[in-house]
Amino acid sequence: MNNLDTLVFLEFSFENYPFSFFSRWLVLAIAMVRFYMQKGTYKGLYKTIQKTLKFFQTFAVLEVVHCAVGIVHTSVLVTGVQVSSRIFMVWFITHSIKQIQNEESVILFLVVWTVTEITRYSFYTFNLLNHLPYFIKWARYNFFIILYPVGVAGELLTIHAALPYVKKTGIFSLRLPNKYNVSFDYYYFLIIVMASYIPCKYYYTLIIPRTQ
Amino acid sequence: MKHYEVEILDAKTRDKLCFLDKVEPNATIAEIKNLFTKSHPQWYPARQSLRLDPKGKSLKDEDVLQNLPVGTTATLYFRDLGAQISWVTVFLTEYAGPLLIYLLFYFRVPFIYGPKYDFTSSKHSVVHLACICHSFHYVKRLLETIFVHRFSHGTMPLRNIFKNCTYYWGFAAWMAYYINHPLYTPPTYGDEQVKLALIIFLFCQLGNFSIHIALRNLRPAGSKTRKIPYPTKNPFTWLFLLVSCPNYTYEVGSWIGFAIMTQCLPVALFSLVGFIQMTIWAKGSTAAI
Repeated sequence: MNNLDTLVFLEFSFENYPFSFFSRWLVLAIAMVRFYMQKGTYKGLYKTIQKTLKFFQTFAVLEVVHCAVGIVHTSVLVTGVQVSSRIFMVWFITHSIKQIQNEESVILFLVVWTVTEITRYSFYTFNLLNHLPYFIKWARYNFFIILYPVGVAGELLTIHAALPYVKKTGIFSLRLPNKYNVSFDYYYFLIIVMASYIPCKYYYTLIIPRTQ
Repeated sequence: MKHYEVEILDAKTRDKLCFLDKVEPNATIAEIKNLFTKSHPQWYPARQSLRLDPKGKSLKDEDVLQNLPVGTTATLYFRDLGAQISWVTVFLTEYAGPLLIYLLFYFRVPFIYGPKYDFTSSKHSVVHLACICHSFHYVKRLLETIFVHRFSHGTMPLRNIFKNCTYYWGFAAWMAYYINHPLYTPPTYGDEQVKLALIIFLFCQLGNFSIHIALRNLRPAGSKTRKIPYPTKNPFTWLFLLVSCPNYTYEVGSWIGFAIMTQCLPVALFSLVGFIQMTIWAKGSTAAI
């Protein structure tokens, strides 16, 4: 894992930023496949790749900056929402609620994210090199049709699995009485998030074709 | 006297929608809108935007045909503003909501706090004071809407009522829930804090009202004139020297007072959001001046 981290760090300093992002996700994919081949199970996989995943996914914030500055011609709002939802999953669900890290649904969305990002960044990389193989272009627009609903399913199932632990521990929640006279229940917040997934993600699918 | 001919085209498609002949040179845009409605009754005057250029600014109702840069055959472009609702209706609805909603929480109507608290009363005096202040504020707003304000636009788009009511009613319910909660915690510094907050609140309510009266007196009844506001003998109006919309300043001040009085974070957030919105409005007003 350490050697891969070093490799990635070198990639990161590349001028061709999509290539560095691409190689990161490829690194992650390789790590996942290696783990499964060595251990024969996905239990414990999350624990192994979590540092790398958190590192990569948090750096995706750069993408929002790229949109804001104008290097990439996608709307800041669309990218911002996408990146926020990823960061939410990684930090506020799988990192914070450790008991769900071995759920199948986690592997499901990790695989989806990995394939999606590898496709997306190789598309950008080839675009920048002005040599776009037809397959990459095809994959970019068509994988999405399967990957998107599968990814949504993985994320929703994971949040659902986290609910009982949230209720029990009261994590991220503020109860009455307190001197600010306000309360926040993370459990109900997650239920609202789950309910808004369908309309929000559906709305996103309408936007994506337009941003190309 | 030479008559004008007016043709009205759709601003987007350039379709010929209406042709008016024998229009008086001193006809106003308002009169032309009325004539247009005759041939297209679904587009009542309030939802018509007529302009000289398809992408230009809307002409005002008071503009006179012969004073516009047009020949004797004038071409006007039409844009549908969508279903309209009167400002008065919107204001009355968006203010009546918080007044009633807060009272539902104050009286602890069933299904909010749990059966053992139904119709009970808070033991904290600040909670009763808060209810009086909140209710007073919205009664004042309702009365001002009916008797004080003079609106330059009669209408606004219909969808605004849903947006505005969600905002006002939503925040009212959110803050009322905590202030009237059985587990409400009174202010940290007790009576001193409440007294100070009440003084701020009353001062700002009075200030806000003074500005509303001053603005009303700038605009004679039935007119749509806009005059630049200036400070008068009333000390509350001296704020015009510092800001262009002191009524907004006093409004934020009132809510800050209320937030200090109740020591309730949702009230502080409501003040903040209101402050941001009113700053945007004030910048628009300053630009207009």
